[in-house]
Amino acid sequence: MSADPKALYQEVILDHNRKPRNYGELEQPTHHAEGVNPLCGDHIHVTLALNGDTIERIAFHGESCAICKASASMMTAAVKGKSAGDAKTLIHEFVDMATGRIDAKDGPHIGRLAVFSGISALPMRVKCAILPWHTLQAAINAEPNTSTEAEADPMHTPLGDA
Amino acid sequence: MNALPTSPPTSKPAAFDVARIRQDFPILKLSVAGKPLVYLDNAASSQMPQAVIDRMVRYQTSEHANIHRAVHYLSETATAAYEAARVKLQRFINASEAREVIFTSGTTESINLVAQGWGRQNIKAGDEIILTVLEHHSNIVPWQMLALEKGATIRVVPMNDAGELQLDQYEALFNERTRLVSAGHVSNALGSINPVKKMIAFAHARGVPVLVDGAQAAPHMAVDVQDLDCDFYAFSGHKLCGPTGIGILYGRAALLEAMQPFKGGGDMIHTVTFEKTTYAPIPNKFEAGTPPIAAAVGLGAAVDYLSNIGMPAIAAHEHALLRYATEQMTALPGVRLIGTAQNKASVLSFAVQGIHPHDMGTLLNQEGVAVRTGHHCAQPLMARLGVVATSRASFSFYNTLADVDALVGGIRTVQKVFA
Repeated sequence: MSADPKALYQEVILDHNRKPRNYGELEQPTHHAEGVNPLCGDHIHVTLALNGDTIERIAFHGESCAICKASASMMTAAVKGKSAGDAKTLIHEFVDMATGRIDAKDGPHIGRLAVFSGISALPMRVKCAILPWHTLQAAINAEPNTSTEAEADPMHTPLGDA
Repeated sequence: MNALPTSPPTSKPAAFDVARIRQDFPILKLSVAGKPLVYLDNAASSQMPQAVIDRMVRYQTSEHANIHRAVHYLSETATAAYEAARVKLQRFINASEAREVIFTSGTTESINLVAQGWGRQNIKAGDEIILTVLEHHSNIVPWQMLALEKGATIRVVPMNDAGELQLDQYEALFNERTRLVSAGHVSNALGSINPVKKMIAFAHARGVPVLVDGAQAAPHMAVDVQDLDCDFYAFSGHKLCGPTGIGILYGRAALLEAMQPFKGGGDMIHTVTFEKTTYAPIPNKFEAGTPPIAAAVGLGAAVDYLSNIGMPAIAAHEHALLRYATEQMTALPGVRLIGTAQNKASVLSFAVQGIHPHDMGTLLNQEGVAVRTGHHCAQPLMARLGVVATSRASFSFYNTLADVDALVGGIRTVQKVFA
């Protein structure tokens, strides 16, 4: 393990933790999912308002660590206005980066989300970063509940044992 | 309010040479993130002294064979080492007979053994089992599984906000349907020392047997199962300076003799035909198959090591550590102690304002400080406390006041990151 966790807790992540964007609940969402990490007890709700295939509005709330909250905050900013299909592409890129399958530079849509690239070297914290993305995937798929564990995880097949 | 633990030291800490004791633990010489390791996750697993490592190496290099079966030299040697470990454990907890000590894989299997071996025979629909809100999952789930199978009900002893069981409420839970009490001796998440002796006396006056989960007590204080008068007592080797995969179930001989085996297989039988099997006497009846012999021998060496230091001296040193840590942490702005029972052992759970425990744990690790963060396999307790998780520093006798200072300094550093 070579990552420096202090580098991970850099200002952009701390800022999103302190002032999470799109925090709260949407009125009249079209899609909703709750994601839980049963190993640590963290849970997060993601609500969406899809107009056709476009994510017009998105919000999240829940109880989680700084990594999870910042990841959720940056996720909502990244996918707002995108199509559900483009969001799914980004979900897979992010999860692949967080689990060390690809470098940040090899994800064409990663952009500022590259601040999370160091998480792949902290296996116990990977699920903190990807829980919001799993939850978004579940919401888009109209699956109200998801988990970072086993078959309840909508990313289970592509993630393998990550 | 952050109360200081006040249980009386039972020997003088000054006589305790922690610097010399630390030399016995090779792992304590490690560095983590370029800093000296400060290991404060002892409630999850304690470290192993060289004497235990050496004993297990000696077993593997010159004594190993299967036990209880063959007549050759190595089998006799291994059998003698395994059974000698049982006697060491008997003395460690002051059981009246060695056959009352069952080797299991750990606390979890010990409790499952009672739930399945005793519970399936003795619990029926409508019966009630009393647990406490302080239990970890190992002392909840086996009883829920049994209750579901039998149609029984779980009753839960509540606690006050300090993390102390409410004995009046405990007593009020008893009725003619109460069949068993299963309670932790020391809470793994809060460190509360429960008044199990009083609880046992009250239960026995009503003919109700009591299992004590001693996973967090046996490493930190002298345990005397005859003095407690418990019916079962369970603990794990790896929290006791021994290896993983080994633990103990103490059971009163008469109860064990009346129980059905938990697992069937080799070495637990008297005779087998395809029509019928008769079982071996205790303890063999509950030790089906080849056990973890090296681990048992290692656990025997671990209790020798602890006994040589003396459990009263260990308890006194840890009490001094906990008192100092409680004072230091109470003085830290933004830090709230979770679990402030008057009678505590070895555990300091805490929350830091604005910082999630997982972030605290990751960043403390960068200071070389190992603490546990999460729900500590005690989700009902976390729900009662109204928190998702806590950070937990747990002390062993090889920890020092300097370790506490490193923890406090580490928390200050993390607070600066999040300021």
